[in-house]
Amino acid sequence: MKRLLIKGGRVIDPASGIDGIFNVYAVGGKIAAVKPHVQTPDSGPQSDDWDIIDAAGLIVCPGFIDMHTHLREPGYEYKETIQTGTMAAAAGGFTSVACMANTNPVNDNASVTRYILKKAAEEAVVKVFPVGAISKELKGEMLAEIGELKEAGCVAISDDGRPVISSALMRLALEYAKPFGLLVISHSEDIGLAADGVMNEGLISTKLGLKGIPNAKEDIMVARDIALAELTGARLHIAHISTKGAVELVRNAKQRGVNVTAEVTPHHFTLTDEAVVGYNTNTKMNPPLRTKDDIDAIKIGLQDGTIDAVVTDHAPQSIDEKDVEFDNAANGIVGLETALPLLLRLVSEGVISLSALIEKLSANPAKLLRLGGKGKLRVGADADITVIDLNKEWVVDAKNLKSKSRNTPFDGWKMKGRVVKTIVRGKVVYEW
Amino acid sequence: MRLKRKDILTIEDLDRDEIGLILSTAESFKEVSDREIKKVPTLRGRTIINLFYEASTRTRTSFEIAAKRMSADAINISASSSSVVKGETLKDTAKNLEAMNPDCIVLRHPSSGTPQILSRLLRCSVINAGDGAHEHPSQALLDLLTVKQRFGKINGLKVAIVGDIAHSRVARSNIYGFIKLGARVSVAGPPTMMPSGIDKMGCGVCYNVEDAILDADVIMMLRIQLERQNGCLFPTAREYSRLFGLDSKKLEKAKKDVVILHPGPINRGIEISSDVADGEYSLILNQVKNGVAVRMALFYLLLGGSRE
Ligand SMILES: [Zn+2]
Repeated sequence: MKRLLIKGGRVIDPASGIDGIFNVYAVGGKIAAVKPHVQTPDSGPQSDDWDIIDAAGLIVCPGFIDMHTHLREPGYEYKETIQTGTMAAAAGGFTSVACMANTNPVNDNASVTRYILKKAAEEAVVKVFPVGAISKELKGEMLAEIGELKEAGCVAISDDGRPVISSALMRLALEYAKPFGLLVISHSEDIGLAADGVMNEGLISTKLGLKGIPNAKEDIMVARDIALAELTGARLHIAHISTKGAVELVRNAKQRGVNVTAEVTPHHFTLTDEAVVGYNTNTKMNPPLRTKDDIDAIKIGLQDGTIDAVVTDHAPQSIDEKDVEFDNAANGIVGLETALPLLLRLVSEGVISLSALIEKLSANPAKLLRLGGKGKLRVGADADITVIDLNKEWVVDAKNLKSKSRNTPFDGWKMKGRVVKTIVRGKVVYEW
Repeated sequence: MRLKRKDILTIEDLDRDEIGLILSTAESFKEVSDREIKKVPTLRGRTIINLFYEASTRTRTSFEIAAKRMSADAINISASSSSVVKGETLKDTAKNLEAMNPDCIVLRHPSSGTPQILSRLLRCSVINAGDGAHEHPSQALLDLLTVKQRFGKINGLKVAIVGDIAHSRVARSNIYGFIKLGARVSVAGPPTMMPSGIDKMGCGVCYNVEDAILDADVIMMLRIQLERQNGCLFPTAREYSRLFGLDSKKLEKAKKDVVILHPGPINRGIEISSDVADGEYSLILNQVKNGVAVRMALFYLLLGGSRE
């Protein structure tokens, strides 16, 4: 029986309301006990029975759960694989990732889900939870086999990468998913409003001569999706919220009792559209980097609970897809390995507490995806644990990322705070 | 004199003194084009590649003639005749061209920012000959030269730029250029052709052409891209021409010594009527002539040694 003791760290477990110096005991991959740390030499287990991690001065918290990752396998193994993507996850403190369905073939039927889970069982470093497609081949025409996707192990459905353009189909998806208890994750954009936009619309896009994407492109679809969630009573989750208006729409809907939740990525509140000046294609993503006004609204949304979860939208792209003209470059950035220090800036700025941040990285995603036994350090829960050194300073070097792709706008950034150990089911899978 | 920079990518990057130097250098090169033997040996042995990913007879020819009058070797590569159509990436094209050791690449590209990206990949000079809706610096420089020749100054003039500002690289470069040299710039056209935040670029915005040209010293009409109207920025060419085009009736309200510019090629009867385009206020052919001088100056100031 594997036995692990994490000794003397500041344990923060929002799900149990714990924040203090504790010892965490894990046996057989499960949390066996969380006990106050007493500094007497002969109390506690002996080192030959237990693997002991001295966590003095470190944060010990439930392993992070990324609700929004693109692992790219099957089909785009040149960008990322289940193995490399989960290695990147481990390096970022994520012990579980939910992988989006826009693979090739699309994860729109149980056989693809089973393939992903089989590969994950063989090669993944952290736990993989597939997200199934809403529509067949992400075409937005016919529902995917949502019931079978759920049976095969999908934890949510989403056509992420593109919106469900037809309101009728989105309504059907919400209704149909309801009895299965599946979260419907919406990539909300009104494509037609600015189909060829490549960055946020505003002074910067005008100066750069790049086609703009107005906030309304997102706001319109979020408003529609909320109306449909209200109509159906289903569980709607807004992916990668980026605009002030969308935050406001979600806040109002929640106040009315609509079953809607939302997530945000670190880059959407760290960078503005000014980062695009110079045409670095690693600043191209969808939704695009917005403005300070939007960032301020997102921060308030994180503060007041409008935004439930923080996700990476880890979107690996090969150098050949990024090292081209800005218009022709692929969207997205890798995010798993840079998320935590960017998020910790919110804590040092006083936007949210460390505990609230950890909640949005663990307990809340576990709740939204209904992952029993995850996102908490309670006795009997999976021993998925992340250990953080808040003061560790380091520099991002894209060359050294665990991900197979290097598309990060944060290359060379000086970061403070990093994951020093990632533990999945009682086993250390990453060490700094 | 040389410019202390490797590339000419934008007017936004250039300061007042650099623009002044380019204009005075261009002025001194103008007479070369009036000689019987239209050639100076200044850039003998230099290689200039015109790399055009977009058709543009006028701009390409102007750069080519400028290079040849400086005795440089000029090679033209256009998207249709190169490996571009076979799907070679910009980076590969750049590296292959670099391997042939050119001194300067003149790039025209439909995607904004591509000259910047290319300039970071290449050791040789890059001149932006127009990128997407971003900038067209040599056009703005020749416009500035044309206006300066007529008025003897730029400072204090009022310039109205009329048309599709949103999609115009000429507009952006001219807004920067004229404002840097002390002119007041206003842009005019239907709101569907005004890009977001344009008022924050230091120019006035107006939706009525009569108002815009009322006290203008310079009216710059932009080409309407009829072929690009898939988004239908205006209802019909007829309505555009009547409301936003420049004709002699609208011109009656303008200043007596007003001048009219157009970057060409013009759509006669749409953004500008024939009588105005060919009339006494038009400096359109001066622009073309100055284009060669400005491009000679750019080559000289980037590549040249001492001038005899
Ligand atoms: Zn998405």
